[in-house]
Amino acid sequence: MDDKELQNRFQAQVDAEIKIEPKDWMPDAYRKTLIRQMSQHAHSEIVGMLPEGNWVTRAPTLKRKAILLAKIQDEGGHGLYLYSAAETLGISREEMIEALHSGKAKYSSVFNYPTLNWADIGAIGWLVDGAAIMNQVALMRTSYGPYSRGMVRICKEESFHQRQGFDILYTLSRGSAEQKAMAQDALNRWWWPSIMMFGPHDSESTHSSQSMKWKIKRKSNDELRQDFIDATVPQAEVLGLSLPDPELKWNEERQHYDFGEINWEEFWSVVKGNGPCNRERLAARRKAYDEGAWVREAASAYAKKKKEQTIAG
Amino acid sequence: MNNKAMLFDYVLHLADNQVIMAQRLSELCGHGPALEQDIAITNISLDLIGQARLLFQYAGKLDGRDEDQLAFLRDVHEFRNVLLVEQPNHDFAHVIVRQYLFDEFNFLNYQALCQSKDEDLAAIATKALMEVKYHRRFSRNWMLRLGDGTAISRQKMQDALNDLWSYPGEFFEMTGGEEILAKAGIAADVASMKPTWLANVTQTVKEASLVIPEGDWHQTGGKKGIHSEHLGHILAEMQFLQRAYPGQTW
Amino acid sequence: MSTNQDWPLWEVFIAAKRGLSHKHVGSLHAADSEMALENARDVYTRRKEGESLWVVQSKYIFASNPEENDAFFEPAKNKVYRHPTFYELPDEVKKM
Repeated sequence: MDDKELQNRFQAQVDAEIKIEPKDWMPDAYRKTLIRQMSQHAHSEIVGMLPEGNWVTRAPTLKRKAILLAKIQDEGGHGLYLYSAAETLGISREEMIEALHSGKAKYSSVFNYPTLNWADIGAIGWLVDGAAIMNQVALMRTSYGPYSRGMVRICKEESFHQRQGFDILYTLSRGSAEQKAMAQDALNRWWWPSIMMFGPHDSESTHSSQSMKWKIKRKSNDELRQDFIDATVPQAEVLGLSLPDPELKWNEERQHYDFGEINWEEFWSVVKGNGPCNRERLAARRKAYDEGAWVREAASAYAKKKKEQTIAG
Repeated sequence: MNNKAMLFDYVLHLADNQVIMAQRLSELCGHGPALEQDIAITNISLDLIGQARLLFQYAGKLDGRDEDQLAFLRDVHEFRNVLLVEQPNHDFAHVIVRQYLFDEFNFLNYQALCQSKDEDLAAIATKALMEVKYHRRFSRNWMLRLGDGTAISRQKMQDALNDLWSYPGEFFEMTGGEEILAKAGIAADVASMKPTWLANVTQTVKEASLVIPEGDWHQTGGKKGIHSEHLGHILAEMQFLQRAYPGQTW
Repeated sequence: MSTNQDWPLWEVFIAAKRGLSHKHVGSLHAADSEMALENARDVYTRRKEGESLWVVQSKYIFASNPEENDAFFEPAKNKVYRHPTFYELPDEVKKM
């Protein structure tokens, strides 16, 4: 079969909703796009452990500490599932991590914002995980089998993440004036970064249309963003907290919420590395990896020794 | 001290051991040497928080305070944990050695407590023992891997063992109250566990190509509320919200 | 970067309950089989997903080639007589 025929057969398979599996022929660009997207997704899970980890030692009760720890651990697990799924495409975890550490690979910019008070943990769960779930639910139907299966597992596990975040904010919003102020402050800082998580407008998004055609992406950035806002605004009302967008208003005609324009200058600036915590986040990841090198090496050496002993014995 | 006060003190000692160790391990979440080990260490931390909660809840039944008042509103001198668990995460070798020395003890201690005449304690110990059995397996395997891995890893492990060796001696010292409770079949007789603990540890250390440090002097004080400087910092961090915003619901 | 830090990839199989077959759930990295088992326990059974674990190094799995799917799997499709529904039973026979 020549390249054109392979391409056609591949696209026909995708169009017929038949999953693509690791050993199937796939266009190089499909493979590259998947590696980029999946590794970026994995990196986001791993870097995302840091802002929440910032509060794990200061969680206000033992129950909250356990929940938060379990939740952050889940993110680590999700990163692991995604790295493994990406490895089926012929790239190693080390190569992906290397790309993250060198700044070549991106991760979700939202994790470059600081967690300044306890309510930020609630806001991350409710808004950041809420936004991530919107995206991930759509990705359960993505065309690449290992990615799709990873997403199914992740979505199942993530279902408590958003709720625990909302629960934190709900408790604070019914607490003292200080606690309520904490919660409002967190929303003020996390709302816009969460909305930005869906990426640039469809008209500006470089990879979008091809990804949609390949069914790597199942819904566009703007569609997902609108879904998220529509789902979230009524929940904010339950909390009795306000969202920091004066243009946010129900549009009867569209049957959707209208909302204000994102500060795209800030968005691109953070993507390019100039957010409040970009340098710290990467430094923390590099440090953990570098300081773990002797541990990984020792375990490999030990495994090799044991294997040789078994063979000799 | 009456019986109730002695029991309260003893249960707090058990709870404090778990909660402070869990707190130390939770500092590592997101910073482990490999993703898989990050997840594994967090599992241990979660188990220990679970054990601490059960123990604090039981202590609270004797005293009227709830688990969070006990964990977040006591000062350094009121904590009864052994000194080993508050030692810092200097590097992964220290984390593993600290864990292993503690796990061997925690295992023996819970095993004995399964037979306690105090039904609540026995029930908690039975549940905890399953968890600690796995912790010990995990930390023991890592003792072997890192001890018998590379020259660098062996050196780091030996350094960690040397640094931490003065702490476990305290595990086997009994307070007055503990002795009375042990005679009554309620507390575990930790003094009698030392030979078994030492034999197990010696075996592992040997298998890991490491050597037991010389000298039998050991640090003491944790069980009586006299701690290392580290605990104050741990508590300052851990208790921050409860101290800064007293009496609120979280 | 030194490559001797890199742990090989393992595939993880879990039996949800005793008596059920082991199902593939995902993969992970580990230096040796013991570690692979422990990592599988810590990564894949955090929510009581199973009661038995298998791990096997990914490189030992030999997979069929999708290019040969026609030759491999088509022939089985036209042997309908291997399935009980192929046979019509006389009404008098209620169960078989």
